[in-house]
Amino acid sequence: MTSITGLLDRRRTIPQKYIPVLVTAGLFVAMFVTGGIRYENFATGQIILNVFIDNAFLLVVAVGMTFVILTGGIDLSVGSVVALATMLSASLLKDGWPAYAVMVLVLVIGGVLGLAMGAIIHYFEIQPFIVTLAGMFLARGLCYTISTESIPIDNPTFTDIAQTRVNLGGDLSVSPSAVIAVVVVVIAAYVLHYTRLGRNVYATGGSEQSALLMGLPVARTKIAVYTISGFCSALGGLLFAFYSLSGYGLSAVGMELDAIAAVVIGGTLLTGGSGFLIGTVLGVLVLGLIQTIISFEGTLSSWWTRIFIGMLLFVFILLQRVFSGGSRRRTP
Amino acid sequence: MNRILKHRLFWPVVVLVALLLLNLVFTDGFFRIQMKEGHLYGSLIDIFRFGAPLILVATGMTLVIATSGIDLSVGSVVAIAGALACMQISDLSDQNSVTGVLSAVGIALVLSVVLGLWNGFLVAGIGIQPIIATLILMVAGRGLAQLITDGQITTVQSSSYKLIGGGYWLTLPFGIIIVAVVLALTAFLTRRLALGLLIESVGGNAEASRLAGISARGVLIMVYAFCGLCAGIAGLMISSNVSSADGNNAGLWIELDAILAVVIGGTPLSGGRFSLSGTVLGALIIQTLTTTIYSIGVPPETTLLFKALVVTIVCLIQSPAFRSKVFHRRRRPVAASAAPEEKVRVSA
Repeated sequence: MTSITGLLDRRRTIPQKYIPVLVTAGLFVAMFVTGGIRYENFATGQIILNVFIDNAFLLVVAVGMTFVILTGGIDLSVGSVVALATMLSASLLKDGWPAYAVMVLVLVIGGVLGLAMGAIIHYFEIQPFIVTLAGMFLARGLCYTISTESIPIDNPTFTDIAQTRVNLGGDLSVSPSAVIAVVVVVIAAYVLHYTRLGRNVYATGGSEQSALLMGLPVARTKIAVYTISGFCSALGGLLFAFYSLSGYGLSAVGMELDAIAAVVIGGTLLTGGSGFLIGTVLGVLVLGLIQTIISFEGTLSSWWTRIFIGMLLFVFILLQRVFSGGSRRRTP
Repeated sequence: MNRILKHRLFWPVVVLVALLLLNLVFTDGFFRIQMKEGHLYGSLIDIFRFGAPLILVATGMTLVIATSGIDLSVGSVVAIAGALACMQISDLSDQNSVTGVLSAVGIALVLSVVLGLWNGFLVAGIGIQPIIATLILMVAGRGLAQLITDGQITTVQSSSYKLIGGGYWLTLPFGIIIVAVVLALTAFLTRRLALGLLIESVGGNAEASRLAGISARGVLIMVYAFCGLCAGIAGLMISSNVSSADGNNAGLWIELDAILAVVIGGTPLSGGRFSLSGTVLGALIIQTLTTTIYSIGVPPETTLLFKALVVTIVCLIQSPAFRSKVFHRRRRPVAASAAPEEKVRVSA
């Protein structure tokens, strides 16, 4: 009886777990519509595609971060790994390495870095915060060791990728980086929602103890998510190198914050175990749209971006609190 | 012997001594302390002087972490406090006037406490996870600091303001005196009064403490406000030392250094107990490390590599899981591990 009413209830109302994602989607639409009313030439498909193009690297990094945060961890090293990837590719290309070998090597290094951090976190039981902080110092330090100057990239393969535009019909076009980012999102969404690894990620984040008692491979899962995050950061770094056509040790400072903010705005709980990849995509889009709107506004200075992102974070966290509070909810 | 080895401050002390020994070997006159024009000079004094803001921030952070929280926003508060004080002083007709500077300092500190209260309200009032609650201010705070200074680097010429971070008093750098006073007060409040016990009990289990009749909410809010105040004082010190306010770079990454100092000092991130002396040790290790890197002539580009190495080593040594996995027996191999660790550092 109760199950039937439960089923009926579920059919009529939206399940609570989708609410944060829907709110983010609503916000994105609202921002887009407001922008379209306020500014000329805003409400076009190309604006959204541009957000994808300008934030392809952030999107990829945020996908990796989603995996880590879903297990209840955090990865502070992503920004420095992005910088390390740009730096490595730039310096290796300058030394005459073939472009594809560089790409493979950079991705492998990113993955290995993540793997090492994951192994330390799991086997030596040190908090992810501290381990990835050390990883952040390490990657940034390696950047400076390679060079403190900015290294330009003039490899034909890289410049080709940077300048190519994929036509989507009409006046719409995207960069290959944006296509790569979307492919990464699709693969990640599949892995997260339809494979055993994905279920293990949610289970580990929900309760590591229970997952362990259920016989799930917690060690493998935890190490896997940090490897994925390291790989995604390196890939994000490659996309960043395509975007900026240079390697610089100080690039992507604070990108870990943007990635975490995108994940949180996308409705994923930082305690782990709950959230969707599509939310992260929406989170990145919202962050990108804020920047677009501020550049359309013209009179607002760049620091308003940070303040807006902070305010958005506040609103979303408050919303999460209200929706997920349940019995423990306390009124402000 | 075993008791010393098991003391929680043993490893931090070993690392600090190792760093100092390294300096003894590689730097001439590292331990020399001179008296010039009535002021004390020397590398050791410099470590304290430049480490002062970090010690302050880490002190506030220790109490927050003891309640099983974390405050990511301290770096932003550092920037905001410096920016506000410098803006106030640059508006003064006489930048050297003591009352003007005092009121500017007062306003900046009040704002820091308010920002801390805001964090506390989010954590204790609304019940948001500390790491996210303070992330809000961390992200927005840099923007606020730049809003205050209008995106410029504001410089001031005020000798009274300069005293806070760059001046001397009673032969000692003024910053060291401020730190000593704050530390003494904190130690008195938390270790001689019941406050420390209350903080630890809230960190152990907030709900249980509330049921036991402790105002967990009040303790939490107070701790975050105190952390904001410490960050504010540190911000004044940093901006006064360079006589300018930089909304973008002042106190950048100081939250990470502070958290590191706390962890190196043996306060667990899970809360429930804390060690002020450990935190001071941790902050000194970080500052000594930075000074060492400069003084033994390692190229500054590799500073971060060094830091990563030392952080990893210190955290690994402190992890019980690491010790039991790597050294199956406790006593003998421990002594052996100190040697390779030092070798690694020298060769790097």
